Amino acid sequence: MEHGSFTDNSAATFSLTDEDHTIANAVRFTLNQDPRVTFCGYSIPHPSEARVNIRVQTTGDPAREVLKDACQNLMLMCRHVRSTFDKAIEDFKASNAVKAMKIDSLDSSGDDSEESE
Amino acid sequence: MAEGAGEEKKKFSIWDLPDVPVGQLPPHLELQRSRVSCNKDAPIHTESIQYSGAYASMGIDNSSRLDRFSNNFRVEVVRLNEDDMEFDMIGIDAAIANSFRRILIAELPTMAIEKVLIANNTSIIQDEVLAHRLGLVPIRVDPRLFDYLSENDQPNEKNTVVFKLHVQCKRGSPRITVKSDALKWLPNGSELVKETRNATSDSSSKPETYTYFGCSQETIPEFVKNPIIPKYPDIIIAKLGPGQEIELEAHAVKGIGKTHAKWSPVATAWYRMLPEVVLLEDIEDDLAEELKSKCPVNVFDIEDLGKGRRRATVARPRACTLCRECIRGDDWEKRVALRRVKDHFIFTIESTGALPPEVLFTEAVKILEDKCERVISELS
Repeated sequence: MEHGSFTDNSAATFSLTDEDHTIANAVRFTLNQDPRVTFCGYSIPHPSEARVNIRVQTTGDPAREVLKDACQNLMLMCRHVRSTFDKAIEDFKASNAVKAMKIDSLDSSGDDSEESE
Repeated sequence: MAEGAGEEKKKFSIWDLPDVPVGQLPPHLELQRSRVSCNKDAPIHTESIQYSGAYASMGIDNSSRLDRFSNNFRVEVVRLNEDDMEFDMIGIDAAIANSFRRILIAELPTMAIEKVLIANNTSIIQDEVLAHRLGLVPIRVDPRLFDYLSENDQPNEKNTVVFKLHVQCKRGSPRITVKSDALKWLPNGSELVKETRNATSDSSSKPETYTYFGCSQETIPEFVKNPIIPKYPDIIIAKLGPGQEIELEAHAVKGIGKTHAKWSPVATAWYRMLPEVVLLEDIEDDLAEELKSKCPVNVFDIEDLGKGRRRATVARPRACTLCRECIRGDDWEKRVALRRVKDHFIFTIESTGALPPEVLFTEAVKILEDKCERVISELS
């Protein structure tokens, strides 16, 4: 939920329930990277209660839109991380398989089985 | 000659100055932005400079754009086994890396024993201690095949896995150790019968048990050839003396590490930033030998320059544990600089066995995406 002025929507505090440092720090990082943001930060009002307050102050754009864009950016970054990681795992497994096959073919009498690229 | 010197003193052109690279930070600021300097007393420049306008006065745009991130981000896998893996993530920030670590430890679901129905326990291990130990046993099953069991739900084949443990140490036989391979999977659900008040009605139908399995879990294709068993068969659960018996049924449900650590899918997951060891000046001969012998993990090596002169080189910076032994004596701080690269993370994930570590990391990234989506949908 958003706490802010009704007239000026370029600065607001967003209170998220059931969240903690995990998402708040990541969102704060992406918010900071946005050139429209003049101030951003997060706080946890009490450690026993799972609530995070994210404060966003912008250069004129509505704070809600800027926060949404930051979350979208974070999602796109995660997708890119996932695809890069999957590709790296595949490459690693393929290169290990090739190495294992090369060792096998060296042991047996030069029988060239199919090599996966 | 004197005229030339006089002329040069008068005319000083700024075009003679060494080139300041445009669009890039000068080297000392680049060092501050991208490296943590680990000095003898404390590390400095540890914060990451995220603010988009940080270097605005120099005309450099510090704001991250997704294309720059996509171009620079790299993942390199160093080691991948069935249970653990080590890989490098280059080009990401500490905030996101920490989010992945937190999710891996606390928010990835697993199956673990939650309810233990004890029919008979005459051993010296108390009921609650036995139940606690059973909860900590890792179970080799893919948690994505199951749903969460909430308070209103009935335990059925989609959200519960039932195990049975019945061991007895007969009188006259030596003491036995109950290990985790004694846990037998019951694919058809609970066998303990619930006591119902109205014993007269429905005596011909099946007696009511503690779970309501519609069909046997053995029919689910993933479990046809792989029965659900604990991952490690040699975990000691209890010890029995002669004449003691344990008979119980354990129900495993899905949960996350935040609720209780038994549901954490990793033994642990950690990251460290890549250490960088730089020799600020040439270190030769005796000093080189001294430097090489100081390091407990053999980061330095000696190379021969010919004519009997030797020089120290940095051979294995990745192994450096930053013990700062190499900068401990007098003057060594001027010769060796210890740094950490701020955007190069060496991640290590040790899985307890439910899921292989690369699957764990992919799931963790998916969970972060889901959280973002939740925030976005709450905002719209």
